[in-house]
Amino acid sequence: MDSRSEEFLTYVQGGGQVEAGDWLPDEYRQKLIKFVEMHGNSELMGVLPEREWILKAPTLQRKLALTAKVQDEVGHSQLIYRVVEDLGKPREQCLADLVSGKSKFHNVFHYPTKTWGDVGVIAWLVDAAAIISQKALLKCSYAPYARIMKKICWEESFHILHGRDVVLAMMTGTDAQRELVQEALVRWWPPLMQFHGNPIPRDEDPMYVWRIKSQGNEEARQQFLEGYVPQILELGLEIPDPKLRRRDDGVWEYSEPDWEELRSVVTGHGPRSQDRLEFRRRFLEQEKWVRDAVLAA
Amino acid sequence: MIYEVFRQERKGQAFAHAGSIVAPDAAFADAWAREQYGRRGESAALWLVPRAAIHEVSEWADEFDLKYRRVDGYSIKARLKEARERAGSATA
Repeated sequence: MDSRSEEFLTYVQGGGQVEAGDWLPDEYRQKLIKFVEMHGNSELMGVLPEREWILKAPTLQRKLALTAKVQDEVGHSQLIYRVVEDLGKPREQCLADLVSGKSKFHNVFHYPTKTWGDVGVIAWLVDAAAIISQKALLKCSYAPYARIMKKICWEESFHILHGRDVVLAMMTGTDAQRELVQEALVRWWPPLMQFHGNPIPRDEDPMYVWRIKSQGNEEARQQFLEGYVPQILELGLEIPDPKLRRRDDGVWEYSEPDWEELRSVVTGHGPRSQDRLEFRRRFLEQEKWVRDAVLAA
Repeated sequence: MIYEVFRQERKGQAFAHAGSIVAPDAAFADAWAREQYGRRGESAALWLVPRAAIHEVSEWADEFDLKYRRVDGYSIKARLKEARERAGSATA
């Protein structure tokens, strides 16, 4: 590494932040683009599992809330792609790489949404897991990304509450409704445990080294378990992991997540990966005239 | 065209940079900024500024060591001690 890059590294490791116009080491820029782009992709793809339920929502109020959530997430992807564009990769290229399978999106958005129970569990727990990662990005060394994270986290907290409310309504309903939530939790637990990634020590994680992330994967997962396991259990739900327990020193033990599944899913081999990419491809093409008309104005 | 968005949370507060949007003209920028930064009533006002219109100042030359204009340019500890001793008002 040249001395200028080393100086930069020391600066960001000391908590320093940089702006769009500042000089950035190539390696930093590349890592940053990859990370931020995947985040943008995930926001955009993340609406698809929920979108399917807008038409099937049980009440008008739920339909409106779900629509608002979908609008929020698409809005997040627009803000995030803006950050990527300023780093040198045009949005059109991000979208092309997304639909061609060249770039990735988060594992949890590759799975089906079978019942309304899944909608509640996604909005509550998937968003909870995501907000833990996103709150850690408020301290990102790249300041323009950190700044938009404020708005994103603020909206995510509404999503979590909305999800928890959906789950609570079902848990205080009939046995059949409780069963739907329990089944959804069983389906979502493994992907949730994989969500924060393999427990690579943070000093070996290039995203942490460059202070793009401010915490390691395992720290994020521990924070998720510490915050949400008690909230799940107090509702009488069962978590499908017999090894899950909190040690006296406060560390959560759990069964080893299936890292092979994670790898396979995020490389486009999940149960819904191809359908959802196909959907995105179709709409990208179908709505091209809107982008052309607006950007040509 | 890229517009930088500055957001004021409550009347009287400073506008802070919140993000940017791409829009072909001010009317589109207005509509999109409202959607992105105001649809829940979270902003008292927004400033939309074409990026090209921003004149940034970030290089600060200090060749002449102008610290006499700052608090850190004055270390009065030793002189204060001496003055107190002369006046016989030194404690301890």
